Amino acid sequence: MPAITFIHPDGKSDRVETSDGESAMQAATRHGLDGILAECGGNAMCATCHVYVDASWLARLPAMADDEDALLDGAAAERQPASRLSCQIVITPDLDGLVLKMPERQV
Amino acid sequence: MSVSGSPVTGGPSAIPHLDVDPFAMNFFADPYPTHEVLREAGPVVYLDKWNVYGVARYAEVHAVLNDPATFCSSRGVGLSDFKKEKPWRPPSLILEADPPAHTRTRAVLSKVLSPTVMKQVRDRFTAAAEERVDLLLEKRSFDAIADLAEAYPLSIFPDALGLKPEGREHLIPYASVVFNAFGPPNQLRQEAIERSAPHQAYVAEQCQRQNLAPGGFGACIHARVDEGEITATEAPLLVRSLLSAGLDTTVDGIGAAVYCLARFPDQWQRLRGDLSLARNAFEEAVRFESPVQTFFRTTTRDVELSGATIGEGEKVLMFLAAANRDPRRWDKPDSYDITRRTSGHVGFGSGIHMCVGQLVARLEGEVMLTALAKRVARIEITGEPKRRFNNTLRGLDSLPVTITPA
Repeated sequence: MPAITFIHPDGKSDRVETSDGESAMQAATRHGLDGILAECGGNAMCATCHVYVDASWLARLPAMADDEDALLDGAAAERQPASRLSCQIVITPDLDGLVLKMPERQV
Repeated sequence: MSVSGSPVTGGPSAIPHLDVDPFAMNFFADPYPTHEVLREAGPVVYLDKWNVYGVARYAEVHAVLNDPATFCSSRGVGLSDFKKEKPWRPPSLILEADPPAHTRTRAVLSKVLSPTVMKQVRDRFTAAAEERVDLLLEKRSFDAIADLAEAYPLSIFPDALGLKPEGREHLIPYASVVFNAFGPPNQLRQEAIERSAPHQAYVAEQCQRQNLAPGGFGACIHARVDEGEITATEAPLLVRSLLSAGLDTTVDGIGAAVYCLARFPDQWQRLRGDLSLARNAFEEAVRFESPVQTFFRTTTRDVELSGATIGEGEKVLMFLAAANRDPRRWDKPDSYDITRRTSGHVGFGSGIHMCVGQLVARLEGEVMLTALAKRVARIEITGEPKRRFNNTLRGLDSLPVTITPA
């Protein structure tokens, strides 16, 4: 199964194994990472699973939908060009090794 | 209440028939033992009293919520099947709709109640919460439902919507009718609908564009007509959704949080020690008490769910509250723990119909609990809490408390 890395705001990182078809958010919450809140449970409704995608990976992710784009404008931490909602990133085998940085705050 | 959990013997897909009325007063008084019976009887049960299927385990509730093509909403999310019965009011364009119609109206409300909009109202909501707590600290002893859980949302939400000052006393009674009407034709529902005419007239009037103040949520919905996203006849009905579901639910949510924190003083002290837990303390109260207890769906085809076969056109009752305490999903489900990872609870639903106002509810809950925890050392319950009975909503009618300043 693909593994992905979450970098905490303090620079520490956690590499987590993903399960078949799960989102980056689900992988993070299943492993108890505090930096991902996911208040809405993965329904693209709350912007509390915000991540900054590592530059080398950004172009390899599927494009974001309009609702994700709009939600990111309301994220608690600053929106950057690399901002995505981790609930909308479904981990496929080609995303093995993906690196996501977590923002200072989610609310 | 008599409960028979024995499966009807026969085929491999035999579904346990239960003699349970989840809309009876004695059930509302203490639903938890029956929730357990419903969960343990099987993944899918049949309730003979109302001739409906029921799901009470987390996995099945979540599955039904996330398969709107099979478990539809357009035939009503109450017991009444809109295909067979005339709805008591014109159906909601969002709650009682399926894709693709639902997708367009949902997008409008999502934008009007987005995280960006919450940032804009946050300071106002916070100031009102602090003002309310100041008043309560002067009183010391009060009813935490009327003076706090109702008074606070009433002091911000109708203004945020842009409603006129006159007639707001209709808001809570109207919402009470709406949520009672999802239930079966019992006394609660019949009486609610019989008394509903003046409340319905008020709401219909307030939903019109000229009655909504500029800049409010209501005016923002109407502004989408100019963008061509919705029609002028749809806009008032979408405003109605906020009037129906935006107030009573938060009253019960905030009431639930205060009731939890008053009952579990260790959790209250934990919150006082770390105010950043306020938002999750509210969220956990929504899981623990589940202000919205149930919703129905209607099957659009024959479907197999966890080994049970359900025919087309059947009503399926989802016990959100039971799912939120399913030990298959939650560790120590009957404990109120403000540090719990609450993500995934179904107190706001899940999937395409998940509460569109969830961000408003969380904001109200967070800022109110923060304001309380900053200034109040103790909350003591000083009299017997009284329950308010509704076919869908769970909450208190009164909760006498005394608070001690910090």
